Amino acid sequence: MAEYGKPVPAITPEMRPFFAAAKRHQLVVQRCCGCGTHRFPARELCSNCWSREAEWVAVSGTGEIFSFNVMHQVYHPGFAAEVPYAVVAVKLKEGAKMTSSLVGVKPHDIRIGMPVRVVFEDLTDEVTLPKFAPA
Amino acid sequence: MNLRSQTAIAGLGITKQGKVYDYNHVGFAVEAVRLALADAGLRREDLDGLLLNPGLSWGEAAMGSFQLQQAMGLRDLRLSSVMNAGGASAAAMIQHAAQAIAAGVCTTVACVFSDAPLKPPATKAEKKDGGGSAGAYGFARGLDAAYGQFGVNALYALVAQRHMHLYGTTNDHLGAIAVAQRQWANKNPQAQFYDTPMTIEDYRRSRWVVEPFHLFDCCLVSNGGLAVIVTAAERARDLKKPPVYIRGMGQGHPGGDPGETLASGAVLAKATAFTMAGIALSDIDVVELYDCYTFTVLVCLEDYGFCKKGEGGPFVADGKIAPGGSLPVNTGGGQLSSFYMWGMTPVSEAVIQLRGDGGARQVPGAGVALVSGNGGILSTHSTLVLAGAP
Ligand SMILES: [Zn+2]
Repeated sequence: MAEYGKPVPAITPEMRPFFAAAKRHQLVVQRCCGCGTHRFPARELCSNCWSREAEWVAVSGTGEIFSFNVMHQVYHPGFAAEVPYAVVAVKLKEGAKMTSSLVGVKPHDIRIGMPVRVVFEDLTDEVTLPKFAPA
Repeated sequence: MNLRSQTAIAGLGITKQGKVYDYNHVGFAVEAVRLALADAGLRREDLDGLLLNPGLSWGEAAMGSFQLQQAMGLRDLRLSSVMNAGGASAAAMIQHAAQAIAAGVCTTVACVFSDAPLKPPATKAEKKDGGGSAGAYGFARGLDAAYGQFGVNALYALVAQRHMHLYGTTNDHLGAIAVAQRQWANKNPQAQFYDTPMTIEDYRRSRWVVEPFHLFDCCLVSNGGLAVIVTAAERARDLKKPPVYIRGMGQGHPGGDPGETLASGAVLAKATAFTMAGIALSDIDVVELYDCYTFTVLVCLEDYGFCKKGEGGPFVADGKIAPGGSLPVNTGGGQLSSFYMWGMTPVSEAVIQLRGDGGARQVPGAGVALVSGNGGILSTHSTLVLAGAP
């Protein structure tokens, strides 16, 4: 696999199930066993009901653009060739929100409310990153 | 117990601001306190309280207030603490000091902010590594960094974009705020953009940092220090400068997702502060709002009730917040065009206006000032009502 020049997220213990699923090209988020709220990223307890019990569940992978920005400044050399590029906040059908990238759409064609679906990009042998594409 | 006007700001110290490298963060803090004591006509032996809001350069240093106490050679303080609610800390520190003084815990408190994130101009070799304010404020964690989302600018941009989507707010609306504050800064010799005009065309042409924010939508990262001395109102009346009475104070920390609510904690903080002060919005003569971004000003004008939710854009578009307008906002140029000392920038400008020391930018008859602080991503909020008379 070619050298990947952007930051690769560390697989922290609490996020291990997320990265394991992503590697299988499946999107999972935590669901609270107390109240059923879906949440992302991983948290130790539910901010809604304070339950510590949660399970990782597969979600539909569909949702909509909640908001987005267009980054013009280079904070990391891995993104230098791409500026300006967009970062999107996706609201999944199940309610949880995720920071991500929208592939196949130019930054200025992105609209809030656009329906999107998850796609997967294999970064390294260990890490696969969920991104989104127009649904 | 109503604390209305039981305490006052008796001293103000502002060091040189901006791209200045006279001191590190500790040195700027000491210099700010020295200036504030001199302004009040007090000696350092008069201080028995010290509150510090540490800027980024203080790092995660626990006990920064003790570090500052040691640096200043202060003995036997009866109140000492670090406070950090981000940009809401300044007004919150002053509230804490006022409460402690009114409760008889101590008598004279220095409330301090300092930061020195800017490094002297880099050599060619150093420049290749980036750095500057992007380095200091460009932090990111795990997944955000993987998607290329760095720094606070990007997070505020998401909230602003939703406001634009839902309410039709435009970049020219934000630009109207930037231009108005620049006009105020043009009249403020301490501002980094003193005597440097900017038109809406200049704003439109300024480079994008992260859309929807142009460069001139973002505050000026600054080196410097700023301190105020808080003491009992009765005592302040015998000191060198006219007291600036702390008539009302409040905080509001909304929780939840700011992208959903598009609101700050101003609604709650205002209710507490205005009730204590016994005032209404129509009693406010000058408005000093925390302006990490033009967008924050817009949201807070809505949340304080100067206009309805979502109508901030049209509200600012006609120039009413600029010099000569009906609602003077951020009369020193604010953090966008003067200097960025977190919440201390709006506090300091209110003190200057209420003392009548504003020079070319003085708002005639400024008797009551609204001061706000805002931290996180619209996460924390504090309000002060300051006044020239009790
Ligand atoms: Zn729950």
